[in-house]
Formats: sequence, structure tokens, C-alpha cells
Amino acid sequence: MTDTAAAPTSSGPINIDKVVIRFAGDSGDGMQLTGDRFTSVSAGFGNDLSTMPDFPAEIRAPAGTLAGVSAFQVHISDHDITTPGDAPDVLVAMNPAALRAELAIVRPSGTVILNSDTFDERNLKKAGYVEDPRHDGTLAGHTVYEVPMSSLTVESVKDLGVKPRDADRSKNFFALGLISWMYTRPVEPTVAWITKRFASRPQVANANLAAFRAGHAFGETAELFDHPYEVKPAHLPSGTYTNITGNTALAWGLVAAGQQAGLPIFLGSYPITPASDILHELSKHKRFGIRTFQAEDEIAGIGAAIGAAFGGHLGVTTTSGPGLSLKAEALGLAVSLELPLLLVDIQRGGPSTGLPTKTEAADLMQAIYGRHGEAPLPVLAARSPADCFDAAIEAVRIAVTYRTPVILLSDGYLANGAEPWRLPDVATLPTIEPDFATGTNHVDEDGNETFQPYKRDPETLARPWAVPGTPGLMHRVGGIEKADGTGNISYDPRNHEKMVHLRADKVAGIARDYPATEVEGDEDAAVLVLGWGSTWGSIGAAVKQLRADGHKVARCHLTHLFPLPHDLGDVLRRFERVLVPEMNLGQLSRLVRAEYLVDATSISKVQGLPFTGGEIEAHILDALRALGPSDGAQEALARTEARLATTPAPPAGVTLAVAGADAEDA
Amino acid sequence: MTDTASPATTRKDWASDQEVRWCPGCGDYSILTAVQLLMPDLGVRPEQTVFVSGIGCSSRFPYYMNTYGMHSIHGRAPAIATGLAVARPDLDVWVVTGDGDGLSIGGNHLIHALRRNVDITILLFNNQIYGLTKGQFSPTSEVGKVTKSTPFGSLDHPFNPLSLALGAEASFVARTHDLDRQHLQETLRRAHEHRGAAFVEIYQNCNVFNDGAFDTITSKQNRGANLIPLVHGQPIRFGDEGERGVVMDDQGRAAIVDVADVGEGALLVHDEERPDPSLAFALSRLAPGPTAPTPVGVFRAVERAEYAEQVSAQLAAAQTDAGPGELSQLLTSGGTWEV
Ligand code: SF4
Repeated sequence: MTDTAAAPTSSGPINIDKVVIRFAGDSGDGMQLTGDRFTSVSAGFGNDLSTMPDFPAEIRAPAGTLAGVSAFQVHISDHDITTPGDAPDVLVAMNPAALRAELAIVRPSGTVILNSDTFDERNLKKAGYVEDPRHDGTLAGHTVYEVPMSSLTVESVKDLGVKPRDADRSKNFFALGLISWMYTRPVEPTVAWITKRFASRPQVANANLAAFRAGHAFGETAELFDHPYEVKPAHLPSGTYTNITGNTALAWGLVAAGQQAGLPIFLGSYPITPASDILHELSKHKRFGIRTFQAEDEIAGIGAAIGAAFGGHLGVTTTSGPGLSLKAEALGLAVSLELPLLLVDIQRGGPSTGLPTKTEAADLMQAIYGRHGEAPLPVLAARSPADCFDAAIEAVRIAVTYRTPVILLSDGYLANGAEPWRLPDVATLPTIEPDFATGTNHVDEDGNETFQPYKRDPETLARPWAVPGTPGLMHRVGGIEKADGTGNISYDPRNHEKMVHLRADKVAGIARDYPATEVEGDEDAAVLVLGWGSTWGSIGAAVKQLRADGHKVARCHLTHLFPLPHDLGDVLRRFERVLVPEMNLGQLSRLVRAEYLVDATSISKVQGLPFTGGEIEAHILDALRALGPSDGAQEALARTEARLATTPAPPAGVTLAVAGADAEDA
Repeated sequence: MTDTASPATTRKDWASDQEVRWCPGCGDYSILTAVQLLMPDLGVRPEQTVFVSGIGCSSRFPYYMNTYGMHSIHGRAPAIATGLAVARPDLDVWVVTGDGDGLSIGGNHLIHALRRNVDITILLFNNQIYGLTKGQFSPTSEVGKVTKSTPFGSLDHPFNPLSLALGAEASFVARTHDLDRQHLQETLRRAHEHRGAAFVEIYQNCNVFNDGAFDTITSKQNRGANLIPLVHGQPIRFGDEGERGVVMDDQGRAAIVDVADVGEGALLVHDEERPDPSLAFALSRLAPGPTAPTPVGVFRAVERAEYAEQVSAQLAAAQTDAGPGELSQLLTSGGTWEV
């Protein structure tokens, strides 16, 4: 690779259209911070990007072990992308464990940058290596750079009077400096950030700055690297952008929804991974009148939110799968009370503690059906980190308009993943009308004006929301079946049947508000990929790639999972094949088969990791091949095969689970 | 909240049009009457008042009050009421619960509501039995209790509700019973006046499944001998002639004595405002159950910062410091770039 004609330092950067970099090290090595900084700088530079942190369940697993490996993957490009990338082009491994855990997913002939200082006998042993992987052919095919990052870092800070042990802590900034040089990232934003972030500890700031600069200089001067690369800014729609994670977007969506509805937010929540960040974020925003309540348990979290909703606040509770189970009884109450309430479920690998820090989307059935009795409630799912903002507003709109609890699904991948988000004009956000009851709504047989808490709006079937403090509208609600209209206790069999139907009809009617179901791609395709939630990005990448090869493929992605859109059956029946990729064992596919008698095929992945575009592509290809020849299909297939031959994707079905995943769990 | 400008109310304003459906003779009736009669006296308004309950016989209570009300799910009333009281500090929030609802399935919510000291008034109707589910032992039933689920006698050691409340850092703890309207009303008035979480155990007779459980101490003929009225600042004494009293023994336990034996000066003087809960706790342990002389009245009433007020203060401070939140500012707070 060495260009002998030019001195290494004088070669200009080589343009590439995208790169996927994975930073991996011990949980104490600061890899999340490193990845985060690289992301921010790239965002500011104008790249499109997508990120995926991947951290262990343990807060601090024993240093140097597979269980302690923490990784951060970032995909930057000069064009529109929707996934953090299938296989890293570059792996930065800070120790042998990181190499061992992550090497399997690096693309063939990828680049591996090692902190060679850590490859001693002790660390090799801790990582489970019998032979040094640098010398036994393990890395064959990859371009390997061995950089003594620890010692170069110590060297770079020695004049600052930093103790060697503390100095070693700055090595992640050395790595950041090196990678920043390799990909021609601007230096100033990171310098400014370090200075500000560690302002209260000048010695740490100086050490980090020195390490960062040393890493950068090392790239430039060491004759190890031929030339840097550059990924030019992407052509994104013009506007103001910020880089945002799903959990932050969701929290901000709630803030926005509260403002748009003119309702103060009350969040009742119990800490649970990966949902706690929403509690943390909303706890900061007291200026918006947001009350956050860290409850004694999951049940109290939703209970308090129900109490607040009864009081006329926007009651919200956030959780993950096990918490959703605990809240199920209270959700039944909320269905019966017909009060607005939002439950946010950031799904993770289950059942039980499962894979608490890894992603999965297996709570769909629980969200839709996981309650006692006939207790229908609307279920929505966000599709990308930034979409969490819009999904939160839509969920609140439905809850408030229809006086119903709503479940909004996200997952660990969206929660912690980040992407650039073009900020909306806040003036164009939808308004939400709480329309509190202020007076009587009924005249009884004797001509008296009365208030009936369960007299419904004829169109939406929503009941009035009369909050305590309103004179004359005192009423009692409860979990016992209520008489239609008056809301008084009723054990009348026919009334119960009527109320069961009314509640179901009310929720079913929500689908009237949906926009027409959108099909993207080729309307005349034989294959439709139907998705929901965080598979959006990977499905998009797969469909885009195959269409670029000349295949005809369509995709449709659902936000509203319950009730399903009225036109979905017609849409699905237009296609010969419907593929449903899901991070579960086929929950949506089962639903659409039951609902529409459509022969939907489930594509399943439950490894605690999102689908890669390549995996979905392979399944679509199988379906296309099975359909047999049609116009242009052979040529497209030939193009795809040629492409795959030159840029080998990781083999479909490869186990992407990190090697450390089989270590003890949380 | 007291609204002195509003017109006075009468019992009629507080009674809902719903037919009361407890078993005839149930102690719940007298508690309901006492509360409906007390409310006009408290100077509060029905529309500002909310009764929240869980599940059980006692939890039907809200249906009979012409206020806002919620008959919720088993054990969760303190959590729901906490959310309501924090969101709406302007309201007067009451919780009605029972020994099964509040101490068994909802024990966790009860203790946490007490330690937070959110401004709610909790009435725990203790009948030492599960009534609604037809007669199983409860967490306050005595050891050896023979019920449908314990045909050979219950093995469960009971809770002492007041000791539990005191252990949970309650700032107001009291006990009363269903057979003395005046004492009941006086105790509830004090509980209502208290700023913070007020816990009142009300001995309540379930005449169907546990009749006479409190007779030894609450019946008219036994009251004099076996009810120990606690009066702040007064020596603790009881008996038809005031001939018995309570002292602190050399082990730090409250003990019953004949006044004649120790002399009046040796009697324990009740101090409900004592900052540490040890006196209240000793008094709560005086009787092993409602079968021996038992103190009633306010055990503890101390001032401690109220929760909802502090929540509101944090919001107000944030707005004073930096002005009300601006959405567009929030969206750009993480750093932006232009394309
Ligand atoms: S079962 Fe007992 S507590 Fe319940 S209503 Fe009847 S008498 Fe009262």
C-alpha cells in the first residue's frame, strides 16, 4: 500500500464515501466517550451518520476480560444512511479482549488498529488467547497497525507532572487523535470540548489534550500510515441539525407534546435499563414545569402517573419489558378509567433480566395483548432515534384525544443510537387539545342538568376529562365495571358487554386519523418488506441497495401497531411475498397473518443486536430467487452477485453476538 | 385546602346518591357517617376533595362521598394519591385502605408514601380479616387465627400497623375506632390538619367475618378499663377512675401500672411532638393486640418538610433562575450545525 513516490506526510487525503469505525476497549477505557466525540465532530463536519453503542451489562466487569468489553460503532458517510453499518471497516482495539470480542464482525480485509502495549502475556491470557493473535494468523487478511498507545500517551504527558497511572487514562484521547487524523476530522472542536469538559480539573484537561495531539501527530508523522482518508459532507436537506439519541429525542418529544397540549408533564418512573435516561433527561427540565417522580417500584411509577392524569396532568411512565409486565394491572385500570396516559417501553432482550443492555423487540404481543380482560389500547413504535420525537408527540395526541392509555415502543438500539436530526420548526408542531370538561353534559329525566363522566363524544367515543377542582362535576371512577353514561358501578351483564364493545370501538376508531399507509420503492414489486420499530434503518439500507442493483422491491413501515391501519390488508395483498424482519420470533408476522390471511414470512433475529442491512438483503434475495425469472431480474441478480463478490458482506446468518456475550450476565 | 370564602356545606353536600352496600352492622357505616358529618366542619369544598382507595370492603368508601374519587386497584391507592397530590397540591387528598390492601399487597406503597411525607390523609380500616374475599386471615390477624385459608390456625406473626408507620418515618400517626364518633372525628380532624402524610389506624368491626375483634377494648362497657386515651402534654392514665397509668420502665419500655403504686408524678407525660419516635414507638408496643389495654389518639405529630411543596418549589426555583422553558432552545441545547 505504500506509495513510494510521495513522502507519507505529504499525501493528501483519499476520498471515500463512507466508513464504519468500531472503537472497542475495556469498560474503563472510555470508548463510549471516544466514539461520542468522533461522532460529534463528524456531525459538525456535515456527514450523515448513525451510531450504536454496545456496552456490557456489568458496570465494571473485571478489567481485561471479554465480559468487560465496551464498544461504540459509528458509520459516517457523504450520503444518506440509516444504519450504523453492517461490518466495521476499522476496528480500534485497546486490548486483547476487545480484539477477541470484536474481530469476528470486522469486514474481510478490514483495518485493525491495536494498542500493542496491552498485548502482554497477562492480558492475552485474560482474553482467553493461547497464542498471540498478532502472530498466529488470526489477523490474516486484515491490515493491522500496532500502535503502542499506552506508552506514547504516557510519554506525551510526562512533562505535565501526571503520574504514569493517571496518564494511562488519557489513552482513549490518543486513539481519538489518531483516528481523527486518519479521517481528516477537524481538531478544534475536540480541543474546545476537552478544555470545557475538564475545566474544573486542569491537569486532566491538559493530559487529555496532550494525548489527543500526540495521537494526531503520530498519524501524521509515523511512517505507518500511507495517507489519511476523507469522507466529505453529505448532501442533507438544508436546515439546523443536531445529533440525537433515541432516548433524548423521546424525552424532548414529551416536553414538546406537553407544550403543544398545554399540559404539565408528570413522569412516574422506576430506574431500569435502557429507559432510565428518559427519567434523567426529563428531571433536568423543571423550567418546563415537568414533575419527575422516582417511584418505589414500577407499579408505583404508573400508579402515580394515573393519579396525576386524574388530576389533569399528562401522566407518563417509562420502563422496559419486565417493568411493562409489572405495570400490566395498572394499565387495565387506566383502560377502565379511560384517562390519558403514556407508557414508554424501551425494549431489551428478555425474558426476565435477559440481556438488559442489548436490544430486542419482543414486547409487541405483550404491549398489545398483555393484560387481563378485554383491554385494548393503542400501541405505537418509533423507527429511528430522531423519530422518537415525533412518535412521542403522536402517542400523546392519541392518549389525550381518545382518553386512553397508549404504549409507545422503542428499544435499546434506538435508545442509545444516535443520528443527525434536522430540527423541526416548533411553530409547525401539531396542537393537542385536552378539552377539559367545564360543565354539565346531560339533562336527566327530571330536567336536571347533570354530569355524566362516561357520556361519550359521538365521534371519537372519548369520555369527558373532568378534573378535581371543577365545581359541580364531582364523580367517582374505578376499576369496577361502570354503567354506560353515569359511570356508576354496574354488574348488569348487558351493560358490561356494551362497555367492552364501546372501549374496543373507541380504540379501533383511532385508525381513522392515520394517513394512508405508505409504500416506498417499487409499487409493482413482487416482494414487500413490512417492518416496525428500529428495523427501519436496516430494511431501508437493504431495499436501497437491491433497488440500485435493479431489483424491484417495496417496503412499508408501521408506526401504528394497534389498531393497525385500515388499508394495511389491501396493501399487503398487492404483493406476492411479504417479508417481516423482526427482532423477535415473528410477532408482527403472526398478527398480520391472523388479521389479513396474508402469507407473511417471518425473518427473525434475537441476538441482542439489530439486523444488518446485509442480513435483510440476503433474505430478500432468497425471496426474489424463489419467485423465478421476470423482466430484468436476471440482470439485477447478476449485478448483485458481482457486487457481493467484490465487497464481501459478512456471511448472512453470521453470529454477530460478541464473544463476550456468553460471559456471566447482569 | 381550606376555602373560607366558599359557602358552608352540610352533610348532604358530601353524600353521593349511591346506595351504600356494606353488610348491615358493618363498622364501615359509622366511619362513613363520621366523615360525612366532619367534612362541613373542616371548611373544605367537595370539588377540592378527592378520596382514593384500593380494593377491599373499606375501599368502596369513595363511591359514597360526593367528591372526586377513585376506587383503584389492590394496594396501589397510596401511589396513585401521591401522584395526584404532587401534581395538584391544591387538592385535599384522602386515602382509604384496609389491613389487607394497605399492609399486604400495598405495603410497599404505604411505607414510601409515609417516608416521603406527601400531604395525604391515610385512613387504614383495620378489621384484622379479609372481608371482601370472604374471611381469610390478614396481616394483622392474630397468630393461631382459624379461617378458611388457615383451618389449623394461622402461623403468620401480625404487623403492628402503628409500629410499621413509625418505622417508615411517618410524621403523623394515630389510632381511633369505629364506635366513638367524637374520638374518630377529632382524630381525623387532626390528621387532616397535618401537613404531610397522616396515618390513622381505625379499628373497624367486621361483624360478618371477625365480629367482636375489638370488643375487649372498644365496647362501651370495656372502654373505660381498656382504652388508653393519649392527650398531648398530659400524664397517660386510664381506667374508670383514672386509677391506672403508663410509665417508662427501666428497660425503656412503656408499661402499665397502678397509679397508687407509683404515684402520679411517675406517669409518662404524652408528647406527640417529640422529634424522635421512640416514645410513640414504645406506646405502639404497649399492647400485644386489641385484647389488652391499648392506647388511642395521636401518637406522633411532628413537622417535617412536605413533599409536594418541595417539588413545586424546585420547579419554581428553576423558572426563577432561568425563566420558563423554551422548546426551540431545548432542541438546540446539544449543539447544532447548519446545512
Ligand atoms: S365483610 Fe365485614 S368488613 Fe366487609 S362489609 Fe361486611 S362486615 Fe363490613
